[in-house]
Amino acid sequence: MNLGAAVGLKMGKPTRDAFGEALRALGAEHPELFVVDGDVHNSTRTEWFAEDHPERFFNVGIAESNLVSVASGLAAAGKTVVAASFAAFLMCNAYDQIRMGIAFPHLNVKLVGSHAGISIGEDGPSQMGIEDVALACALPGMTVIVPSDEFQTRAAMRALMSLDGPSYLRVGRPGVPIIYDDQVSFEIGKAITVRQGTDITFIANGLMVAAALEAAEELSKENIDARVLDMPTVKPIDEEAIVAASRETGAIVVAEEHLHHGGLGSVVAMVLARTEPCRTRFVDLKDTFATSGSEDELLEHFGLTGQDIVNAARELVSR
Amino acid sequence: MGDQQTERANGPATFDAAKLADLARTLRRDVLEMTTEAGSGHPSSSFSIVEIMATLYFGGILQYDPKKPHWPERDRFILSKGHAAPILYAILAEAGYFPKEELMTLRKYGSPLEGHPNMRRLPGVEASTGSLGQGLSIGLGQALAARSAERLYNVYVITGDGELEEGQIWEAAMAAANLKAGNLTVIVDNNKFQQTTAVSNLTDPSLYPEKWRAFGWKTVEINGHDLNEVHQALTEATNYNDGPFAIIAHTIKGKGLHFMEIDYTWHGKAVPKDKLAAALEEIG
Repeated sequence: MNLGAAVGLKMGKPTRDAFGEALRALGAEHPELFVVDGDVHNSTRTEWFAEDHPERFFNVGIAESNLVSVASGLAAAGKTVVAASFAAFLMCNAYDQIRMGIAFPHLNVKLVGSHAGISIGEDGPSQMGIEDVALACALPGMTVIVPSDEFQTRAAMRALMSLDGPSYLRVGRPGVPIIYDDQVSFEIGKAITVRQGTDITFIANGLMVAAALEAAEELSKENIDARVLDMPTVKPIDEEAIVAASRETGAIVVAEEHLHHGGLGSVVAMVLARTEPCRTRFVDLKDTFATSGSEDELLEHFGLTGQDIVNAARELVSR
Repeated sequence: MGDQQTERANGPATFDAAKLADLARTLRRDVLEMTTEAGSGHPSSSFSIVEIMATLYFGGILQYDPKKPHWPERDRFILSKGHAAPILYAILAEAGYFPKEELMTLRKYGSPLEGHPNMRRLPGVEASTGSLGQGLSIGLGQALAARSAERLYNVYVITGDGELEEGQIWEAAMAAANLKAGNLTVIVDNNKFQQTTAVSNLTDPSLYPEKWRAFGWKTVEINGHDLNEVHQALTEATNYNDGPFAIIAHTIKGKGLHFMEIDYTWHGKAVPKDKLAAALEEIG
């Protein structure tokens, strides 16, 4: 993946790997932690937890509906539960089970969707979770987190352990650029300012944070000073950071590896509409399914690069 | 409260068919009165499982304590066919989870006795159900949690027969057998009718026993209204620990009221107020 190279970001591990590592470590600390997977544990990386704690791991087979409802039963019996599969299958195949068995009774289940976004590449659109954030955000009481790099993923997973309620964590297949280091902390519901700026704000999450940093660097050559806000928690959203960005920079571009409707862009727009409206643009997948291809080809073709953020920014500010 | 069978036995412990037959009449009256007061609900779907519910809660099968609804070692009962909520509420009130007067608030604004069971609002409800097909999987999760710790308890799930059309039931059936969930029992309420038609018009109920056995479940068939047969099957299921246990209960939808027994279009309908007295009299 080329992402982040232009601004000297080092390539890191996939966020799914970081999730799997964090889960293995948390398993040793939390004897009440149980994991359910639908026979993709070597892809979601829950297999590392399973190796250490086979008695607390259940592979229920290729049956996402059953997977989610079993997680519901375990949680109702007092366990802390991680239920993992591909984002597309977990959120789309088992949505009613999530609604009835996890969100409605507000149970302590951490849903983890891997292979989210189009950056999974060659496996193609059937495997790509591109509506998962919208689906998760729609359910009452759900906490929704889209981490941007391996360090933030580990910190987010740790933070989720102290949350008693339903949550969704989105992780990806390919390695992504490193934004943070092992000292990073994670507070649910808080944005992180990864670059200061006064002329425009880029609000991004997932791998689009690296793209936003690229865009900010490009615009700095034109004396446009862009702020970059990493917004890993889509719900509950950090309203304060959005309002401050609007007030202080007067223009916002939201960037996410997700469909246009119902993701981070929609959530930010709602906050702006009832607080401090400003000129806003959206860099996302629009209203389309992707195709097979390499991750770089797809990100470019479907408009998810630093250059796409630059183009959107130019519609709002010029020097 | 009856005598304690074991150290952890808080629920009534003795089986007395004559007493349970009396209780079954009381429960049917409760269901009728509460659904007629509500003006809606599913009395016919409730009536087919009255004897099963009475035996579970008052026949020495379930271990529970209404004063400690979250007691970790309690047995779990999950009504997967959540539309039969009136009989669940009637039995929970009878068991002492809440005052019987509250039954008359069924389906009313502000009442925790919602149209379908809500575990967050009513003590004794172990799963929020109403979207069919999910209760067996939830029960499997509860069962797996039990055997992984020193907390040992049993899980009982009632599904409808039409509910077996939901694919997730068979996902759960496969997984439970593979995971050797010996503390999980399903009771299939084979009352022959679903919302718009006979179950046999959509699937073949005569194949249920073969299907459950093929999925790896120890399976028995009973008359779901014969208290002795119900008690014997539930006792066998409780004592069987090698894997999951299925009880196919042959029942009659609307059992106890002749006009409901012969007319499936009573599904989801309450007896009108002007017919309540006669219906109560028929139940006795």
